[in-house]
Amino acid sequence: MHYQLNDQQIEHDEEGYIVDIAQWSEPLAEHIAQSENLAMTSEHWEVISILREYYQEYQIAPAIRVLTKQVAKRLGDGKGSNKYLYELFPYGPAKQACKIAGLPKPTGCV
Amino acid sequence: MDARTDIALTTDLGIEAPPDLAPDAMSACRPFPAQPAHNEALGFPGALVEDWQDQAIAKMGELLENSRPLRVFLDSCVKCGACADKCHYFHGTGDPKNMPVARQDLLRSVYRYYFTPLGRLLGRWAGARPLDADVLEEWFTYFHQCSQCRRCSVFCPYGIDTAEISMAAREIMNSVGLGQKYCNEIIGKVHKVGNNLGLPPAALENTLEGLEEDVRDDTGVDVKFPLDVKGAEVLLITPSADFFAEPHVDGLIGYAKVFHQAGLSWTLSSYASEAGNFAMFIGSYEQMHKIANRIRKAALDLGVKRLVFGECGHAWRVAYSFLNTLAGPWDFLDPRYPVPQNIAAITHDLIQRGGIRLDKDANAGMTVTLHDSCNVARASCLGDRPGDQFTIPREIIAASVPAFVDMHPDTIGDKTFCCGGGGGLLTDELIDLRVKGCKPRANALKQVVDDHKVTHMVAMCAICKSQFTKVLPQFGYPMEMIVSLHQLVSRSIRLATNA
Ligand code: SF4
Ligand code: SF4
Repeated sequence: MHYQLNDQQIEHDEEGYIVDIAQWSEPLAEHIAQSENLAMTSEHWEVISILREYYQEYQIAPAIRVLTKQVAKRLGDGKGSNKYLYELFPYGPAKQACKIAGLPKPTGCV
Repeated sequence: MDARTDIALTTDLGIEAPPDLAPDAMSACRPFPAQPAHNEALGFPGALVEDWQDQAIAKMGELLENSRPLRVFLDSCVKCGACADKCHYFHGTGDPKNMPVARQDLLRSVYRYYFTPLGRLLGRWAGARPLDADVLEEWFTYFHQCSQCRRCSVFCPYGIDTAEISMAAREIMNSVGLGQKYCNEIIGKVHKVGNNLGLPPAALENTLEGLEEDVRDDTGVDVKFPLDVKGAEVLLITPSADFFAEPHVDGLIGYAKVFHQAGLSWTLSSYASEAGNFAMFIGSYEQMHKIANRIRKAALDLGVKRLVFGECGHAWRVAYSFLNTLAGPWDFLDPRYPVPQNIAAITHDLIQRGGIRLDKDANAGMTVTLHDSCNVARASCLGDRPGDQFTIPREIIAASVPAFVDMHPDTIGDKTFCCGGGGGLLTDELIDLRVKGCKPRANALKQVVDDHKVTHMVAMCAICKSQFTKVLPQFGYPMEMIVSLHQLVSRSIRLATNA
């Protein structure tokens, strides 16, 4: 199971999460988003970069509340809601956005 | 997400007809098998072992030796059919293999072949069959279409518990190297990091600081979310979803406000940062023990006096029924309090004694119903009186909102329907099953929405909350309709300032 990006093969698991997060790149994010029928806008990119920065520091994706607060800070108060994040990422901000950001899937009762 | 609005909702659930039979409708629906690393981390073989048949039968023999109920359950079914239409997965899928008796027979037939003289002699004439690759695949498929909710056992005249049978089947499969990815990966994370999410201590600390900030901004009151505080009175063990997901986190905020207002010192632990114990879903006593012992170690290290559990169904079942055997004795805790206690019992008691005051007007406009979680409803009490697992949450809700309405009596209390995501099935590849299995609950909800204008449904289990927020939108209900029990408390509690 892999994404084919130009001549590069990037391995992913059964659900499309990449196995080696060091292999992530912006073109790969575009590619994953496309395979999920999602057109990346600047708002999407903003969420992706928040996720990646948090992951760098804490080795896990931020909780939904932490994420919405950051989004409000960067994109404006009106956009700091779980609902808005679902509009951006219909399969859920945690799971779908993490996949595009190259981060592992949050597990557990979520 | 494929829309499933085509599922017709019936409103007279009490007399709902059984679905049309759809043989093998769900035969291709099964979870991802665990990868070798997931299995090996739990001490199971990485992949299916070569002599898996012999080993599986040996394991079955061992389980029969060690568990009398299992043998009784396998021996005593008289095929009366009382359980046949009681499973939410049968209701939602029509697949006859999702009738509880048929699910049991998947294991029972193999048991008969190897462990009863008649089965060996007469083979399929005695409902017996040898274990082969097809049978194993059928096990992996249909024992992962059982959420171990025990609803069927309520209707069985012999009390046969399909959940126990499905746990045994999963245990056998794990022992030969056929594990389920979702459960095994998560159990591995608990051993390594301390919780199902894999949330490391620094991230937990950061999340809790954020919550303190939020509550301060919101209320002007300095409500604490303490972590690893030695000498605190209460150790709170809660599902890690409470740190991460919505509406779970609103429940956690509610617990913190209750502790604050009651003046009870409390702490979370970064070592035992999980209430859930997925080892129950795979039937592994050894894994269950290992997870439960993290709680013991945290309680000892922090020197707490009481153990309190947050909102989680199966965690409460494990805690209520097995914590003493798994991780006791708890003689170092304050003997004046039960071990463990549930946060709902504490809040309830405080409301009754006037220790906290709730202001219903804060929840004006809400008409609320309650989803009884299977593991709370059918396997435990919340306080110290029989049946208080039903009265306690209802009385808390009644004290926090202007209007409460129960759903159809055949769908609540000890007859409650599973949310459709319990027992280790809350994973995306099973979404089709999860939507279909939610149908009976969605039916009952629709009835009270239509007839009584219900606006919100309370859940008091992390799995139920996540399942409903994901699946109810497919029945036309918004995810915000699902609220935590302590979210209502959080919104209505009168806070005094610390000053
Ligand atoms: S335990 Fe629940 S999910 Fe399993 S067969 Fe019985 S009713 Fe169905
Ligand atoms: S209700 Fe009990 S005895 Fe009757 S068919 Fe079901 S499991 Fe067998």
